[in-house]
Amino acid sequence: MKARLVRFVYDYRMIFMLLLLCALFSAMTYQEQSPTGAAAGRQLAAAISSDFGDAPSVLIVVRDLADDAALAEQLRLDLVAAGGRVLAVVQGEPKDARAALGNIAAGSGKLDVIAGTQTTGAWLVFADLKTDYPTLGEPRVMTPQSYYWPDFLKADNLLNIASQIGVIAILAIGMTMVVITGGIDLSVGSLIALSAVLAAKFIRDAAGGMDASPLGMALACLAAISLCGLIGAFSGAMVTRFDVPPFIVTLAMMLVASGLARRVSKEQSIYEIPESFVWLGRGADWFGLPNGVVLMLVLYGLAHVLMSRMRLGRYLYAVGGNREAARLSGVPVTRVVMFAYIASAVLAGLGGVVMASQLKSGSANYGDTYELYVITAVVVGGAALGGGEGKMFGTLTGALTIAVMQNGMNLTNIHDDTQDIVLGFVLLGAVLIDKIQHR
Amino acid sequence: MNGDQPESDQPNRDQANGGEANGGEANEPLLAMRGMVKSFPGVQALRGVDLTLRAGEVLALVGENGAGKSTLIKLLSGAHRPDSGTIAVGGREIVFQSPQDARRAGVAVIYQEFNLVAGLTAHENIFLGQESTRGGFLDHAGERRQAAELFRRLGVVIDLDLPCRRLSTAQQQLVEIAKALAFEARIIVMDEPTAALTAHETARLLDVIRDLRSGGIGIVYISHRLDEILAIADRVMVLRDGANVDERPIERVTRGELIERMVGRELKDEFPARSVKLGPPRLEVTGLGRGGAVRDVSFSVRRGEILALTGLVGAGRTETVRLLFGADPRETGEIRLDGRLLTIRTPRDAVAAGIGLLTEDRKLEGLVLGASVRENFALPNLVRLSRRGFVQRGREREEFARYVDLLKIRIPHQEQRARNLSGGNQQKVVLAKWLARNCEVLIFDEPTRGIDVGAKYEIYLLMNRLVEEGKAILMISSELPEVLGMADRILVMHEGRITGEIADARRATQEQIMQLAVA
Repeated sequence: MKARLVRFVYDYRMIFMLLLLCALFSAMTYQEQSPTGAAAGRQLAAAISSDFGDAPSVLIVVRDLADDAALAEQLRLDLVAAGGRVLAVVQGEPKDARAALGNIAAGSGKLDVIAGTQTTGAWLVFADLKTDYPTLGEPRVMTPQSYYWPDFLKADNLLNIASQIGVIAILAIGMTMVVITGGIDLSVGSLIALSAVLAAKFIRDAAGGMDASPLGMALACLAAISLCGLIGAFSGAMVTRFDVPPFIVTLAMMLVASGLARRVSKEQSIYEIPESFVWLGRGADWFGLPNGVVLMLVLYGLAHVLMSRMRLGRYLYAVGGNREAARLSGVPVTRVVMFAYIASAVLAGLGGVVMASQLKSGSANYGDTYELYVITAVVVGGAALGGGEGKMFGTLTGALTIAVMQNGMNLTNIHDDTQDIVLGFVLLGAVLIDKIQHR
Repeated sequence: MNGDQPESDQPNRDQANGGEANGGEANEPLLAMRGMVKSFPGVQALRGVDLTLRAGEVLALVGENGAGKSTLIKLLSGAHRPDSGTIAVGGREIVFQSPQDARRAGVAVIYQEFNLVAGLTAHENIFLGQESTRGGFLDHAGERRQAAELFRRLGVVIDLDLPCRRLSTAQQQLVEIAKALAFEARIIVMDEPTAALTAHETARLLDVIRDLRSGGIGIVYISHRLDEILAIADRVMVLRDGANVDERPIERVTRGELIERMVGRELKDEFPARSVKLGPPRLEVTGLGRGGAVRDVSFSVRRGEILALTGLVGAGRTETVRLLFGADPRETGEIRLDGRLLTIRTPRDAVAAGIGLLTEDRKLEGLVLGASVRENFALPNLVRLSRRGFVQRGREREEFARYVDLLKIRIPHQEQRARNLSGGNQQKVVLAKWLARNCEVLIFDEPTRGIDVGAKYEIYLLMNRLVEEGKAILMISSELPEVLGMADRILVMHEGRITGEIADARRATQEQIMQLAVA
C-alpha cells in the first residue's frame, strides 16, 4: 500500500507542479470583480427579496449591452417568480432612466428598489431622488455585490484554457504511446494540416459543400482520418520491418504530409463548409464544456484504461522497456509498435478535424510546429524518451501545464516571445528534475 | 582444466615473497583499507571492513552477491565515498574524491562491463584521456609503439587497427589491463574477469596475472569461480553481510570451507541429487543450421532429462537455442515436440508451442528492468491472465504471489522494479514467468551466471523439481562443474557443430569435455 502511494506521488508529481502554477497565476490576477450577466441578475434578485420580503416594486435600469440584457432578463424573471412587481425595464442611457422614473412617479407613485449594474447604479439621475421625485417614497439603489476573485479562475478563462489545449492534448495521447515504445513521431503537426485540408476538401467536393449533411461530413472526416492512419501505418512499417530510426521516418513523413496538404489545398484555405460543421469544435452540449474538450477527456479516459488495464497497454510498456526481452517472452512486438504509430497518426487526424471545425475551414498552415508542443507536453508529463515509462494522465497534466502557463502569461501581459523562452526552460527543467531524482 | 596449476603456481609465489623481503620497504602494505563503513538508503552495505594488499600478491575477494564486494571496490575506485574509514596507499593516507584521484594513486579497476569505447582501437582506448601529442597533433606512431610494447609485456598480440568492438571479450580484457599498466597502476582490481571467458582464455588470463604479480603489482581478484581462486590467489578474504568473516593463506583453505564461509552454513553438496526415470524424447531437433554459426545440429531431449550443451564461448551454443526458439531465423532444420512438427518462425510461436527460454543475459534479454517484477512475471502469461483484452489484475497478483512463495523470491512487494533485485532473485523471476507459462521444454542459457552460491543451489533444486514433473531441460553452461553436477547427458559443440556426446554425465570428467570442445 505504501509502495503504491509512493509510486503514485512520483508518477503524478507534475500535478503538484500544475497546482502550484494555478495558485501562482491566481494570486497574480486576484482583483475586484463585478458580477455580470444572468448570474448577477440572480444574485441581485435574491438580495432584493431578502431585504424587502414579498412584492417589492422594482425598476430595472441597465445599459444596452448583451451582458446587461442578460442580467435584466434574469432579474425580471426571478423577481416576478418571487411575487415582486417590475414596474419597468430600462435598457439605455440616463435620459431613458429619467423618463421611466417620471412615468412611475406620474403613475402608481411608489418605488422600493432601483436595480442596476454598478455603472447604472452610479448614474447622477439617482443621486438625489428625494428631491427630484418626492412622490416615489424612498427607493433604494441596489447593484450586484462586487467581490474579489482571480481573473485566472473565472469560468470563462478556464474554458478558454481547455479549448486552447484540446487539439494538442488529443495528439499527445498518441505521442505518449509512441514515446512509451521508445520512438517519436514528428509527423503529427503536418498530419493536422493534411487531415483538416482533406476533410474540408471532401466536404466541399464529395459531400455537397455548403449543403452537406451531418452524415456526409462525418464520412468525409472519417476518410481524412483514415488516410492519416495509413501514413501512420507506413511509418510503423518502416520502423518495424526495416529498422529505420523513428526520428528519420517521421521526419520524412512530416515533409510528405505537409507537401500533400499544400498540394491538396492548392495553397488556399477551403472554407465552403456548412455552418453546422463547427459543432465539434465550438458546440457545447455537455455541462457547458466545448465538445472538442469533452472528446479529449473521453479519449484520455479510454487511453488510460488501455494503458493501465489492458494487455495491449502492458505490451506497449514492455516493448519500450526492453524490446528483446518482450520479443523473447512472446510479445507480438511488430504489431504493438505498428499500433502505436497508427494510433498517433489517427489521433493527429482527429485533431486536424477538430481544428478544421473550430476554424470552419481547412488550410495547409494548420498545426505548424504543433509536434514540438505535443512532445513538450508528453515530456513535461513525465514520459521518458528512452521508452518504457509514461502515464496518460501525466501527459494530460503536461498539456494542461503548458496551456496554463501560456494563458497565465497572457493574463499577466507577458509577451509571446518571452513565453516561448519560459516554455523552453520549463521543458528542460522537467527533464532535469527527472534526471536528478534518478541519480 | 587447471589440475596442475597449483603446483606450477608455487615457484611464483616464493619468488614474489622473496622479492618483497628484499625490497626493503619492510612491512608497509601496498594498500590498507581500515574500518570501511558505507550505507545506502535502507541498506548497510559495509560495516567496518578491513582489507590489506601487499605488493606482488593476489588477494581473492569472495562472498555471496550482496556481501559488499562491489561496494568495497567502488570505495577503492573513488566511485563512492565511505561514511567512515581510511584508505592508505603505500602507507600514505588518501581521500579519494573521484575516480581520477584513485587513478592518480595507482589504482585501476577492471569492471565486468568493460570501460572501452567500442569504436576506438586498442591503443586509442589505452591512451584515452592521456594522449601523447607532438606539436599539438596526436602522436599515433608513438602510441602504437607503446601499446605494442605493453601487449608484448603481457605476452599477447592484439590487432591495433581494429576497433575494440571487433575484438573478442578476452582481448578486450587485455586492453583494459594494458590501459591499467599504461598509467602505471600498482593496484589492479578485477571484478569477475573470467565470467565471459572460455576455459582456454581463462588459463591465459591467469598466466598474465601471474606475470603482473611477479612484477610487483598487487591484485584484488573477485570471482565466484572457486577453482580459479584456488589456482591463482595467495590469500583469500571472505565477506559476508558487509563484514570480514575470514581471511587466510590459500594453502590453508579448501573449496568446501570457502563455500561454507561465504554462505555461513554448511553445504552438503553443491549439486542436489535427483532420481528421475527418463521417458521418451520430448524435444527433437534435426539438421538445425544457419550460416557458419550453427551447422547441421541434431539432438533430442527426453522426458525428465537435463541435457547440457557445452563448449567454448563462440562454439554456437547460444546461437543454436536462438534458432530453436525462433529468436533468429533458421535456414535449415526441423523441430518436433512430442512427435509433432512445430512451425517456429518467431519466439511467439515457440512460446505458444510450450518452449521457454531463460536467456544468458537477464538484464539485456530476460527482464524489462524498469517494470515491476509482477509485470515481468505476467509478460508471457498475459493472454491467459486477461479476458477480452483486459488484464485481470487480481488473478495476476494471486498467481505471482504463489510463485514468490514457491521459488522463495525475496522481494519487499510486487511493485518492486526488476532493476533493484539481486542476480539470483532476477533469475528466479525469469524462471517464475516461464513456470507459470507451463512450458514443457525449458532452455536455460547459463542459468547461474553471476548468481551467488546459496541462490545457485535453489535454482538447481528447482531444475530438479521440473524434470521430476516430466519436463525436459536443455541447459547451456560454461561452468564444467555445473555441467557435470547437473546434467544427465552432455553434448559438446565446437565451431557450430556437435563434436561429441557423453551419455553418462555422472561419470564424465572435465578433461573429457575439454578434449571434445577444442577438437
